Amino acid sequence: MEKPGKHYFADKDIQVILGTLLRVGVIASMTVVFIGGLLYLSVYGNTGVDYHTFDAAKTQYSSILAIFQGMSRLDGRAIIQFGTLLLIFTPVTRVVFSIFSFLIERDYLYVLIGIFVLCVILISLSNKLVG
Amino acid sequence: MSVLLFTIIVLAGAFLAGLVGSLTGLGGGVIIIPLLTLVLGVDIHYAIGASIVSVIATSSGSAAAYVKEGITNIRIGMFLEIATTISAVLGAIVTVYINPGYIAVIFGCILLFSAVMMVRKKVDHSDSDSSGVLANFFKLNGSYPTAEGTVKYGVHNVAGGFVMMFFAGIISGLLGIGSGALKVLAMDNIMRLPFKVSTTTSNFMMGVTAAASAIVYLHRGQIDPGIAMPVTLGVLMGATVGSKILVKTNTDKLKIVFAVVVTFLALQMIYNGLMGKL
Repeated sequence: MEKPGKHYFADKDIQVILGTLLRVGVIASMTVVFIGGLLYLSVYGNTGVDYHTFDAAKTQYSSILAIFQGMSRLDGRAIIQFGTLLLIFTPVTRVVFSIFSFLIERDYLYVLIGIFVLCVILISLSNKLVG
Repeated sequence: MSVLLFTIIVLAGAFLAGLVGSLTGLGGGVIIIPLLTLVLGVDIHYAIGASIVSVIATSSGSAAAYVKEGITNIRIGMFLEIATTISAVLGAIVTVYINPGYIAVIFGCILLFSAVMMVRKKVDHSDSDSSGVLANFFKLNGSYPTAEGTVKYGVHNVAGGFVMMFFAGIISGLLGIGSGALKVLAMDNIMRLPFKVSTTTSNFMMGVTAAASAIVYLHRGQIDPGIAMPVTLGVLMGATVGSKILVKTNTDKLKIVFAVVVTFLALQMIYNGLMGKL
């Protein structure tokens, strides 16, 4: 009867770590978005907005490289986008972590499932999917 | 309109959307998109991009709390993520090729469906029959802690649930919402999970599903920092306050009032979509 008990505790530890990971990710990314937002408003606050028609060419920060280049110029909009990136990668990190935890549990079926999900996300990272 | 004014209006609207979304269980995304498009005249593609980012924030935030309680079934979540991530990416790729008017019509229909699901009386179909072949192969049957001790549950119709989740993922990628109503339908009615397990597990999956389509949106330029910033911060703050109030309030009346509002918004979206005004 000891084994299921241990298994339960291992699962419990994993759940606590997963929960902390998600919380830290959300708080960190929202802090970055907030700081970027203040900077953005202080520079662009009085300019006009125009979001009536979607124009892909108007968005400057639509790749990870462009976001980093914008951050080096301390552009508030790039910092907001970086915060958004951090947020997007929070659940992705959660998947990576789950893969390792299933590996420790020797549950290889779920290691494979986790790797598969991760691959789908990595494929979506390639620019080629966007027309 | 100046950037500052736009930011303040969107921030306030997103806060309300997050608050009501968490109180009614509808989610912030389905409310913020009509607000941005119908009221502020924002192109629906920008609204979708901003909304999906707020979905990641709220679902990860609440999943953090749920996961620690040990109710979330991580295996069911991971297994169904196979379906939702593929379909979310597909939905996000397709969305830009569809006429914005049609997207608004689809959105309106999902909104109507969500309103019905919100007021409908829920019936718990769960039982402890754990004989399902696929459920055993994928080790999906589980247990969760309640006040009366640990309760075991069996998972039914895994294939049906998987297909429904695929559909939910497409809608999520297409419209930039969490599509919680569809996910709960798959888990409650088809796979027959207990409520607490289905809501927390659907929340757990939402972050990854939304992240998959958000990356596609980001590359396409649909995530504009000027809209995403107030939407995400506002919805997250609203949802956080909402989850604090939720414990102490009975939301039945609120749900009915809100179902009327949502129905009105849905018809407005469908009408404007058909008239080509969006």
